[in-house]
Amino acid sequence: MLLEVRDLHVEFRTRDGIAKAVNGVNYSVDEGETLAVLGESGSGKSVTAQAVMGILDVPPGKITGGEILFRGKDLLKFKEEERRKVRGAEMAMIFQDALSSLNPVLSVGDQLGEMFIVHRGMSRKDARTKAVELMDRVRIPGAAQRVRDYPHQFSGGMRQRIMIAMALALEPALIIADEPTTALDVTVQAQVMDLLAELQRELNMGLILITHDLGVVADVADKIAVMYAGRIVESAPVHDIYKAPAHPYTKGLLDSIPRLDQKGQELYAIKGLPPNLMHIPPGCAFNPRCPMAQDVCRTDEPPLFAVDEHRGSACHFWRECLNG
Amino acid sequence: MGSYVIRRLLQMIPVFFGSTFLIFFMVYSLGDPVAALFGDRAPDPATAARIRRELYLDQPLWKQYLHYMGQLFQGDFGTAFNGQKVTELMRDAYPVTLRLTLVAIVIELLVGVTLGVFSGLKRGRLIDSSTLFATLLVISVPTFVTGYVLQYLLGVKWGIVRPTVSTDAPLNELILPGVVLAMVSLAYVTRLTRTSIAENSRADYVRTAVAKGLPRRRVITRHLLRNSLIPVITFIGTDIGALMGGAIVTETIFNIHGVGYQIYQGILRNNAPTVVGFVTILVIVFLLANLVVDLLYAVLDPRIRYV
Amino acid sequence: MSEPQDPREAIAATGTGGAMDLALSEATSLSVPPDGRSEGQGEDEKARSLWSDAWHELRRNPVFIVSALLIAFLVVISIWPSLIASGNPLSCDLAKSQEGPASGHPFGFDTQGCDVYTRTVHGARASVTVGVCATLGVALLGSVLGGLAGFYGGWWDALLSRVTDIFFGIPVLLGGLVFLSVVTSTTIWPVVGFIVLLGWPQVARIARGAVLTAKQNDYVQAARALGAGNGRMLLRHVAPNAVAPVIVVATIALGTYISLEATLSFLGVGLRPPTVSWGIDISAAAQHIRSAPHMLLWPAGALSLTVLAFIMLGDAVRDALDPKLR
Repeated sequence: MLLEVRDLHVEFRTRDGIAKAVNGVNYSVDEGETLAVLGESGSGKSVTAQAVMGILDVPPGKITGGEILFRGKDLLKFKEEERRKVRGAEMAMIFQDALSSLNPVLSVGDQLGEMFIVHRGMSRKDARTKAVELMDRVRIPGAAQRVRDYPHQFSGGMRQRIMIAMALALEPALIIADEPTTALDVTVQAQVMDLLAELQRELNMGLILITHDLGVVADVADKIAVMYAGRIVESAPVHDIYKAPAHPYTKGLLDSIPRLDQKGQELYAIKGLPPNLMHIPPGCAFNPRCPMAQDVCRTDEPPLFAVDEHRGSACHFWRECLNG
Repeated sequence: MGSYVIRRLLQMIPVFFGSTFLIFFMVYSLGDPVAALFGDRAPDPATAARIRRELYLDQPLWKQYLHYMGQLFQGDFGTAFNGQKVTELMRDAYPVTLRLTLVAIVIELLVGVTLGVFSGLKRGRLIDSSTLFATLLVISVPTFVTGYVLQYLLGVKWGIVRPTVSTDAPLNELILPGVVLAMVSLAYVTRLTRTSIAENSRADYVRTAVAKGLPRRRVITRHLLRNSLIPVITFIGTDIGALMGGAIVTETIFNIHGVGYQIYQGILRNNAPTVVGFVTILVIVFLLANLVVDLLYAVLDPRIRYV
Repeated sequence: MSEPQDPREAIAATGTGGAMDLALSEATSLSVPPDGRSEGQGEDEKARSLWSDAWHELRRNPVFIVSALLIAFLVVISIWPSLIASGNPLSCDLAKSQEGPASGHPFGFDTQGCDVYTRTVHGARASVTVGVCATLGVALLGSVLGGLAGFYGGWWDALLSRVTDIFFGIPVLLGGLVFLSVVTSTTIWPVVGFIVLLGWPQVARIARGAVLTAKQNDYVQAARALGAGNGRMLLRHVAPNAVAPVIVVATIALGTYISLEATLSFLGVGLRPPTVSWGIDISAAAQHIRSAPHMLLWPAGALSLTVLAFIMLGDAVRDALDPKLR
């Protein structure tokens, strides 16, 4: 197994208290596999990814428990210098806003070439050549001329491609894409996702796709993990979830998608708001908003029940949910 | 980039005329140079009238200004009280002031940026809080106070340096005056660098650089510093104006025969045209310095070039 | 933002940022719901405005408390100096020239034989008055001109930009020397007037920037769409947001204006006798620093303390109002 996150716990100390951002997350990705991690803001999906990459702001953040096994070895036990070598070379991350995520005063070629200079000890000239190759690979037209341009001179979609190019420069085994298309137009979104999928197939990389957009997930993912309040509430192969969700939250998310064949009806939205991570409700974190909540939900935190050998649901009433 | 340069040059023209006119207006319209020349004594009407004619002051303001600008373009910035032309005095005096100012700029950049980087990177720790407090103290003490106190302590009481600077003003004697001149600006540079570093440390592109597995040193020097120092460079532009003013104070205290000293002498003798002449030259220098800084800014920040 | 931030405005952004960091973007999206409540939340989550938040923070900031108290003290003794200094600052006895501290005269005497303590206490009035009046003038003139230019944009804005460029082209001390040396009045008003004349562009830039930012907010567009006229929009929606940056700059500027006045007085072009000013006293005392340092140190100390108090206050206010630290 390429990556296995086991029982991860992450906290943030803020002026007003401790925010529990990640509370016992387990997921795994294999080579060539795509895991989509779904959830609203505040669900802990980005924090988990940052913990995996090792780029958490360590004060105020703190990993308080769990293991992150990359090719069987626990990254949390690595020294920082070893972890740094893994970063970028064996696992890479793509961020949401390419404009702010790229250094505005360095040329695109310099930022791409840097990967080779630092991790592979190449000369500037060779690194520059590789940079042009990379830009070609992600289909940026006129790469040889544009390699000297600056990020603000590219369109949003092309900037995202550059981010992708930077991530797969050293052909890492794992890529984490944190909302790679959220900031893009719909048509550009499709192009970028296609590119990502194609490159993943080519290089047989594991891909963790973090998003809140169910539409994007359906085409690309093999399996889905739905997160809420720092916990995984449902995990399943992708089609199973769309056909029949086994958790009321997932069901609520699916029901919220406006459909073309529904006309004139009120749009459905899950009532209420995500919890304040400094005061997570006891029992099942979703209980204040859940249409199926019973007394047991308010007292007992549900573990991830096994729905079948590939599916899990953290709901006491997963059977009822599954059967509609 | 070329069009940016052209645009900045063109912008400078109305500013040049505007600033020179503003000085002119302040002195000859809002103020009364003839009365000032007489100081506390009541002016003798005949002499006053003659001086007014000589200085063109009986003409309408716009005519005066045109005449004034006409003189400027012929290189005539007026005459000093001792009969020498302002341009001559300037030529003799500016190398000293230039040396002094350069010493100050080097000190303020070296010390200020270093301190600012350290406290910006270690926000909230002891070095940060103490730097912040120290800079506040420095900004609060006016340059002339620092000058006299340091001159007294280092020059007289402890005898470490010469209290005043000798006539040819060698570089080593200019270090203490340079420090005095640089003090307040240094404090500003430190704070500005600190804020810039602290803000940029949390920027997305720094997060990306770390995610790329770059070593910390490279993240700091290649990514963080290059972005963070941009506001500092642009600050130097306006700071040159403050340094010009500060130089007058510093030169007076340490008896340095530079431009500031000449201006002060002109003031002591209530000779408005001389002072105006000197100040006009300095304003032109200031505008040019700002132009250079703006161009430098465009070199450092590619986003500006294509706006 | 459609235009890059003016680099000179970065100067105004020098901050202390003493508050602790909040976490990453993820943690700041652990939002308290805007309406202040969701199941299980307490009353402490009530939505708070910028001002009450700022005040709450200021009250707990020791820097603010100390500087505010100090300023209050300074204002009181500048209005009623006789509260702590019973003598007359202008009654001097040459026989006592440059003498050190004696009973009843804790700071000694200056070259003219005047009591340094009395003069130092009375000197507060000039500095504080010049500082406060100049700042008020600069703040008013600058906010109005800058705010209008930012609000109406177009031709006005371009004009204001050129005009501020022109004023910025003259270094302040040089301008002061040139102008004040041809002014013969001995009151404080030429100095105040001059500071306002060269100082308003700084505030105008800040005000203009703040108005531009506020204008781009969605709720302003919404108000316009609902038919709000320009006047109403300006007053109710845009101006309140522009006030905070102006206050920050003005408070800090106050300290620098006091320093500026002292420097001008020191150079002989600022306040003139018989006005009692720290700058004048320091200037007179400077040549005798070796023989009688007390004549210089007391007014210099008072001056520095005053400037420090105002700048500290400005810093604390900026920390409290700075949105980036929320």
